[in-house]
Amino acid sequence: MFSPAFYQAAPVIAVCASLGAVPLIAASRRHPNLREFWTFAAAALKFSMVLLLAGWVLAGNVVEVTLIQVLPQLGIRFKVDAFGIVFALVSSFLWIVAAAYTIGYMRSLSEHAQTRFFICFALALCAAIGVAFSGNLLTLYLFYEMLSLSTYPLVAHHQDKEGRGGARKYLTFLLGGSVGLVLPAMIVLFTLVGNLTFADNIHTGIIPPGTGDTLVFCLFFACLFGFAKNGVMPMHAWLPGAMVAPTPVSALLHAVAVVKVGVFCTTRVMLYVFGTDLMDALNLGVLTAYIVSFTIVTASIIAMTRDNLKARLAYSTISQLSYIILGVALLTPAAVQGGIIHIVNHAFAKITLFFCAGAVYVVTRKKNISEMGGLGRVMPFTFGAFALASLTMIGAPPVGGFITKWYLLKGALDAGQLAIILVLVASTMLNIVYFAPVTFQAFFGRAPDETTGPTEIREAPLIMVVPIVAAALLSLLTGIFPGVMMQFVRMVIP
Amino acid sequence: MMDHAPVLMIVLPVFASLALTLIGPLGHRAAYGLLILSIAGSLAAAMATLVQVVQAGRAVQYRMGDWMPPMGIELVIDHLSAGVLVMISGCALLTAIYSMHTARQDNPDRLNHYYALFALLVAGLMGMTATGDVFNLYVLLEISALSSYGLLARGKGKAYYATFRYLMMGTIGASFYLLGVGYLYIMTGSLNMADLSEILKQPELGESVNVRIGFTLIILGVWIKMALFPLHAWMPNAYSRAGTTTACLIAPLMTKVSVYVMLRIMFTVFSADYVFQQIAWSRLVIYVASAAAVLGMITALSQRDLRKMLTYIIVAEIGYLTGGAWLANTAGYTGAVYHILADGLMTLCLFMAVGAIIYRTGVSTSAAMEGIFQRMPVTAGVFLIAGASVVGIPPFCGFFSKWYLLQGAVQAGEWVFVASLVIAGLVAATLFFRLLEKAFFGRLDDAVLETGSKTSHTAARTIRWNEAPLTMLLPLVLTGAALLGLGIYTNEVVRYLIRWSVPAGM
Repeated sequence: MFSPAFYQAAPVIAVCASLGAVPLIAASRRHPNLREFWTFAAAALKFSMVLLLAGWVLAGNVVEVTLIQVLPQLGIRFKVDAFGIVFALVSSFLWIVAAAYTIGYMRSLSEHAQTRFFICFALALCAAIGVAFSGNLLTLYLFYEMLSLSTYPLVAHHQDKEGRGGARKYLTFLLGGSVGLVLPAMIVLFTLVGNLTFADNIHTGIIPPGTGDTLVFCLFFACLFGFAKNGVMPMHAWLPGAMVAPTPVSALLHAVAVVKVGVFCTTRVMLYVFGTDLMDALNLGVLTAYIVSFTIVTASIIAMTRDNLKARLAYSTISQLSYIILGVALLTPAAVQGGIIHIVNHAFAKITLFFCAGAVYVVTRKKNISEMGGLGRVMPFTFGAFALASLTMIGAPPVGGFITKWYLLKGALDAGQLAIILVLVASTMLNIVYFAPVTFQAFFGRAPDETTGPTEIREAPLIMVVPIVAAALLSLLTGIFPGVMMQFVRMVIP
Repeated sequence: MMDHAPVLMIVLPVFASLALTLIGPLGHRAAYGLLILSIAGSLAAAMATLVQVVQAGRAVQYRMGDWMPPMGIELVIDHLSAGVLVMISGCALLTAIYSMHTARQDNPDRLNHYYALFALLVAGLMGMTATGDVFNLYVLLEISALSSYGLLARGKGKAYYATFRYLMMGTIGASFYLLGVGYLYIMTGSLNMADLSEILKQPELGESVNVRIGFTLIILGVWIKMALFPLHAWMPNAYSRAGTTTACLIAPLMTKVSVYVMLRIMFTVFSADYVFQQIAWSRLVIYVASAAAVLGMITALSQRDLRKMLTYIIVAEIGYLTGGAWLANTAGYTGAVYHILADGLMTLCLFMAVGAIIYRTGVSTSAAMEGIFQRMPVTAGVFLIAGASVVGIPPFCGFFSKWYLLQGAVQAGEWVFVASLVIAGLVAATLFFRLLEKAFFGRLDDAVLETGSKTSHTAARTIRWNEAPLTMLLPLVLTGAALLGLGIYTNEVVRYLIRWSVPAGM
């Protein structure tokens, strides 16, 4: 539709759209509606660029752009391929949805420092799309760090003691992992290989043959645990702590942008730096699968013990992220596809769940599940969406989570890993145990005794309900029409 | 004029220094203006020389008084010195502009004498970098040292005592250097660097014990001057008790020029072959450097006073530089030279930001950082950028220094140095993170008392916006931008400048 030159510029526009919005947002701080307009305008521009690139990639093209040559052998380089497009589509679309919800949330609570909030939001999304379109490990690292730093003010937003503790843990784990593990691994890789450009398929990787096994193992695990945003235990402790952030932050960033950047980086490195051939030869795939299985099960068990709704959702996120890594680690085509499509399915469902938690807080100021009895009867849309989204976590039809479970199970069977199948089954059971009661209590439970009865509570404001229902419907649509996103995922596996 | 650029950049500040001692009656503005003009002239000359060197592709030589070397003194500016010269004059100019309020505060009665010492120090540093004669280097070393003693002694509190200790250690260091030069002169009969390097190529001199002793003495002297652990004890008190302007001038520059001298002696007077084959203890230096990096950062972490913290960061950075230089490969050397430029800028930026904060709040401990984002947002932002650069976050220049240094260490198989770089980076992250937290959250206990609850959705209590004055803010922002600019243009700097100065045989 457009000339190839346009598509060369498109990734740069997509990444920098929100960067350009930052001074505009800062300048409009006294005019809230104008400020919000810039956020939407940038989001719309980003999404339209990503959409156009998606069409181009679907036609079989890959876009590669070198932005700046910072070192004699390395530059800041973008590469738009099917794998990156999947993530970019999800995050840029959900930003629009989340922007609407965030505005409603912040205004309903008359939150302070909204301008700073929206500026950091924009920077975080710039970094997320930057990660999606990274063409080499240096660029990936650059945007990964940018994301850690720009989300700190968001996590610490409330500027109280809880916020300080949560934000401290957040940055400690994230920077500790990246500066302490990923940076040295990246430099050792550079010394080994001579450049850091990702391979163009998932099999070959870029590690030269003849590299010592110990070295490969060290590099691999440095990356697995170094990208602490992926929530693999023991680098997961920042996630529950980061829940002190306002709910829109938790929703978009910790369900979609931050954690998905973590798994995206991990899987990108697993597939395009190490490659399935090498991982198969060294049995790295199976080893990783077992390591993340531990996370899957343990996080689910911990989730069961948490009464605070956001804490329960946080542990559920930790568990679900490891599904993605598990899928890719199993290395069979079906499993890899299942892992990647879960990036999409989990994002839509988790954002719905966090939106619901936020809506409940805005309306009732309640945070604990035990207090939410009977709320479903007064907030039917909110809890209806919650019920639909929790089906994805459980993996039941007709939502997208079922597609994930199907592919993962098939992949595990293909790989002959019966233990993993047991893990998946157990995890499904655990998910039912800690998600179903929430919905059940909300619709059929008894309201806790209060002087102010639930009759004073109405459904959440429209500007919040619409995004909630939209996100829930999307998780339904990805279940009924999986082909839309699966076509990109299939392009990843040659 | 262009032909004389090399000497102008040294001579202009010297003449300015003389004029400044006489200019007292004309007032503060005149002294300030004269200082800035002279250093700007010096910077212009340095930039002209840099362009000349890059275009010609070889060193620019200037014979003082047109006397022929090796008897006459010559200035030799090659790719290595050209970059450092621009950095010195650039940093000095930024500090001079920055100094309007603080220098007057520290020296109400003798501002022109203070500026005279300032100009003399700059002249000394420029001369040390530009000269091609080892004894001339000693003379200029002492010029800069004496001026720095004078400047530092004008600080606060126990500045006299700290400066006296620095004087003792500095003189010992300079004497070691002189002694080493003496040994070399005895063995070779020459003081000119190019001549020395020719003579030292002879095999009997290569084996000679006296030459080795000379080398060791020179290096030890230089290490004392650059505060390499464990010879660094004089620095923290001396720099932290100094006036703001003095700290901004001296801290980024003096130690870096000493590193430059070390590189010159190692690779121009002697050669890479000599240093890494003939000198038995060359492998041990990496361990000393690793210790410097880690212990410097850890000690910085334990400091309450902001400026003492920054001087311990300098100790750690000197560790990086020394390690890079002694790694014996191209990547390590590139990292060390690039880091001279990067660290000069980072240190200047940090000291300027902290100076501005101390100027406005009157507090010099980390408590000054509370709520600084609301009080002085621009200063806080630039401080954050400098901190990110020290930690090594792209795209700032500190990341690229780390890149080259780590690459060199991995290639050389020096895993101790790799570990120390990583650990030092993490400790630096903790350090700056703690300050960032204080800056972002302010004083939480007050907020709790006011609102009576642990969480607050209402606006944090308003802190008055009280940004630093423009003459302090402008250089600060320029330096912060330079950190980003140097990072983005790393490729150009390495390709057009540093690559040409890599010594043969690496």
